[in-house]
Amino acid sequence: MYDSSRHNPAHGPIGAMSARAVLSSELGPKGSSRIGTLRSDGSLVLRKSNPKGPEPLARRRPDVARVALAAGTAGPLGGDDYALDILVGAGSTLVLQEVSAMLVLPGLGGAGSHMAISVTVEAGATFVWLAEPIIAAHRCNHRHDVRIALAPDARMFLREEMLLGRHGEAAGDFASRLRITRGGAALYDQQIDFGPASDGWGGAAVLGQNRAVGSVIAVDPDWTDAVPAALPYDETAALTPLAGPGVAIGAVAPDSLSLRRLLIRGVNELAPPWAT
Amino acid sequence: MHDETPTAPQTRALRLGVAGPVGTGKSSVIATICRHLRDDFALGVITNDIYTDEDARFLKSEGVLPEERIRAVETGSCPHTAIRDDVTMNLMAVEDMERDFASLDIVLVESGGDNLTATFSPALVDAQLFVLDVAGGGDVARKGGPGISGADLLVINKIDLGPHVDVDVEQMVADAEKARDGGPVLALSRKHPDTVEKLCDWVREMHKTYAGGGHIPVDPGPMAPHHHAHDDGHTHSHD
Amino acid sequence: MERQAALLLLADGRLPAGGYAHSGGLEPAVTAGRVADMAGLEKFLIGRAETAGLIASAFAAAACARAAADDLSDLETLAVELDARTPSPELRKVSRDLGRQLRRAMSSIHPHPLFAALGDAPHQPIVMGVAAAVLGLGPRDAALAILHENNSGAAASAAKLMRVDPFDVHAILARMTTRLDALAGQAAVAAEGAPGDLPSPGAPLSDIAAEHHRRRDVRLFAS
Ligand SMILES: Nc1nc2c(ncn2[C@@H]2O[C@H](COP(=O)(O)OP(=O)(O)OP(=O)(O)O)[C@@H](O)[C@H]2O)c(=O)[nH]1
Ligand SMILES: [Mg+2]
Repeated sequence: MYDSSRHNPAHGPIGAMSARAVLSSELGPKGSSRIGTLRSDGSLVLRKSNPKGPEPLARRRPDVARVALAAGTAGPLGGDDYALDILVGAGSTLVLQEVSAMLVLPGLGGAGSHMAISVTVEAGATFVWLAEPIIAAHRCNHRHDVRIALAPDARMFLREEMLLGRHGEAAGDFASRLRITRGGAALYDQQIDFGPASDGWGGAAVLGQNRAVGSVIAVDPDWTDAVPAALPYDETAALTPLAGPGVAIGAVAPDSLSLRRLLIRGVNELAPPWAT
Repeated sequence: MHDETPTAPQTRALRLGVAGPVGTGKSSVIATICRHLRDDFALGVITNDIYTDEDARFLKSEGVLPEERIRAVETGSCPHTAIRDDVTMNLMAVEDMERDFASLDIVLVESGGDNLTATFSPALVDAQLFVLDVAGGGDVARKGGPGISGADLLVINKIDLGPHVDVDVEQMVADAEKARDGGPVLALSRKHPDTVEKLCDWVREMHKTYAGGGHIPVDPGPMAPHHHAHDDGHTHSHD
Repeated sequence: MERQAALLLLADGRLPAGGYAHSGGLEPAVTAGRVADMAGLEKFLIGRAETAGLIASAFAAAACARAAADDLSDLETLAVELDARTPSPELRKVSRDLGRQLRRAMSSIHPHPLFAALGDAPHQPIVMGVAAAVLGLGPRDAALAILHENNSGAAASAAKLMRVDPFDVHAILARMTTRLDALAGQAAVAAEGAPGDLPSPGAPLSDIAAEHHRRRDVRLFAS
């Protein structure tokens, strides 16, 4: 397990960047969703966008708020401290896309980088987050922290993918926690740690020889009484119902492309509007 | 809270264990008992898996009881441990069954097929059958062991096969009675209705005694000190 | 005085609570070909201790601290938090089955009213924490007991699943003792915080393999 006491604080090195971007959506008077706040900061660049590919839940509808997150520079680099705060206002639908994979790089002097993303999804709102992979480059030292607070009747779809280094390189130190609460109670809380500072992740209980790990989390209040049944649909992938009205599709794979394929297969095991 | 308070004797079902080596007919004996007694008694069955749930499946496929009254316990390929050293899983399976289908008269527990030393702990069952068969050879009964000598009833099964496997059934029964100091021995075959009737009578009688508070569970005993006979007739014993 | 003997009692694999029927995920890992030799076994056990082991020990420590203070108000929250850290429904069930069994065993071995207050199907770490408190042990003991029990249980199953020399298996356990001590310390510190802040290291292959295992026709171990 990643030992946070070995994580160098994210301030100090010259040139280190700190950025705090803010995004919100709200329900407009005619019943369609619109962007409320759209505040880019430093390397975190937010832009209004159009449907990119298949979209679970939002299904490329024109009446939803759609935003793309683009990294203005490479990174985060060691020493950088990024924050992104998202509010999906009551009744609105927000789709967050990402323009490209996020490459996490080491900084000068081995300082750690940190990215905190906090999302609040209000009553009756829908949040769809189609993240691109995070690549933990050799020697990086990054902590990723995603907290999502859902209202009891909120819907959500998100995908997260992590790659253990660029092609042919050993991964740096990386820890990513995804914590989702619903009505204040924990629904899903998983941290993935790997890199030279952590132990055991290369064993058969955790990631084995795989270089890519990811999951899809889908939450639907309509599943309160009947959540989809568990389905291990591949040797290294399974769809599992959570204890609350949600499912986690978890997969590990040798590379980014096969991970994405496994996750798509898992999503397609769900009925529409999830499957696309 | 149902888990904590072990139910007092007599207010719960009679717990009847069925043990014996692999393939001697434990499941068949249970199927027979269920088929013949299900109209008179409320029954439940717990089977113990070694590495499949074959026994539970067999009993379900026989249709002797509604499927939900037949449950399997997974024993981590340690059938012996599950009925003797660490009975918690079986005990809870029995207690759950008694609670879910209250009130039951008899819960039958089939042990995973093991060797001659495997017997039920008195913490798990009130009485137990030990099942041998003639196909295992005529001298098995003479070998003794806690199951053979100490079970409440020793069943010598498949006596219809006696002539085919060169076993003198009467001799085998006599040997068994000797090993059991006169304790009851039942020669059984599903092809001989009179023997099946005797088996059912024994179960009825046991339930009557139990319900009346007259049955005191006995422990066939732990693995007895045993000896190995060598070819030269020399023996050594250890415990 | 430290209650060392009580700790040994609780951590002993011979405590009759049904643990022997489980391989801690080793059987599915062997079946899938992911553990084939001693090096693979050691990596497997370390990965398991650092993930599921740390979670179980932190929750055991947290339950112990609360039971010792006679405050069970957090126990429901702890159960929800533990569920959230266990994506596989199969592993949630195994944890609750083992918890019921441990509670059943401890209720007979060392009766205490706290056991009855744990609800229908308490998770194993929570029962372990309460059992530790009832025996006069502290959070770190509870953490160590469940780490040791789960680790040695999985290692012991190797003898039935692989071609192993039992001395080699115990050599791995001996090498892991320092690690388990450190993890137990980490768990005890974490237990002082809020339930939501308890560690949550995931083990994706364990979750996936557990779901496959449940669906196999032939298996030696329940999990
Ligand atoms: N000829 C004959 N065969 C019998 C009799 N009773 C059982 N068998 C057969 O013996 C075989 C084993 O019977 P089971 O009841 O499955 O034996 P078991 O002791 O439950 O076996 P395990 O659970 O695998 O240890 C089956 O093929 C039965 O049909 C009998 O009275 N006569
Ligand atoms: Mg059988």
